[in-house]
Amino acid sequence: MEIINQPWPWYIAGPLIGLVVPALLLLGNKTFGISSTLRHICAACVPANISFFKYDWNKESWNLFFAAGIIIGGFIATYFLSVQGPINLNPHTVASLQQQGVKDFSGLLPGDIFSFNKLLTLRGFVFMVVGGFLIGFGTRYAGGCTSGHAIMGISSLQWPSLVTTCCFMIGGFVMTWFILPYLLRL
Amino acid sequence: MNNIKFLIIGMLFGIILVKSEVISWFRIQEMFRLQSFHMYGVIGSAILVGMISILLIKRFQIGTIHRESIVIPDKKFHWGNVYGGLIFGLGWAITGACPGPLFAQIGGGTLVTLVTLFSAIAGTWIYGFLREKLPH
Repeated sequence: MEIINQPWPWYIAGPLIGLVVPALLLLGNKTFGISSTLRHICAACVPANISFFKYDWNKESWNLFFAAGIIIGGFIATYFLSVQGPINLNPHTVASLQQQGVKDFSGLLPGDIFSFNKLLTLRGFVFMVVGGFLIGFGTRYAGGCTSGHAIMGISSLQWPSLVTTCCFMIGGFVMTWFILPYLLRL
Repeated sequence: MNNIKFLIIGMLFGIILVKSEVISWFRIQEMFRLQSFHMYGVIGSAILVGMISILLIKRFQIGTIHRESIVIPDKKFHWGNVYGGLIFGLGWAITGACPGPLFAQIGGGTLVTLVTLFSAIAGTWIYGFLREKLPH
């Protein structure tokens, strides 16, 4: 229990995540991917006669069960399998973020940016609403996210997924190094 | 009821996401600032294990539990991979999360992430709406 309650190192967590790929294949020929759930939610709730959302999402409902499982797993791990405490970050990351204006390092997200109170501030709106929009728009445009392209796609040796993953990283580097410092100052 | 097994796999996946701290905004910042190996280790070793598993499945022609043969659909390249990939990358670095971690954060009680999730759903919808006009 002691070991489970501590944060898990990459060489435990990474291979376990990798095993999700064969688990889904063996349990029913399902390919690992999470961003598709966002499409199924659109198709189920607001199809609005858009051809991209006119398909039988019921056939893909396993994907929504998978996502619901992630929510439950997140709950279990946070409330029953964790010791509370700040994450052991690289001090250089902390120092540079502090310099750029981040104050609260206690949670999963910086509480001084991500909170319901900050939703109507320009900075909060950009980080939560614009950021979320870019995730949903970008993953569907790219045809997948970190799970579908980076893990499932590269694992099955598909070069378009490798290209897409490189683009994810380039987008992230550009944001972090060149744009984020300005957004943090908003 | 057939779907309960996928709920359970999702649950285990969610637990791993929380326990390895990859759902932390700060860990994503460390990754993009090249100040920690953690995220690269997680994603890299996940790919390696996934790759070996798929090679074994193909080599020994292992079928599903329902005795069907395993088929992995080909991903065809289109320019959306590049444009969409870049756009998602920007969003990943702002929100510190990709879709899986969004769900795990919500389960862990970070309810403000619901805003990010709804916005991501809206983004997907707008993509569907504009799809025919976008270069692919």
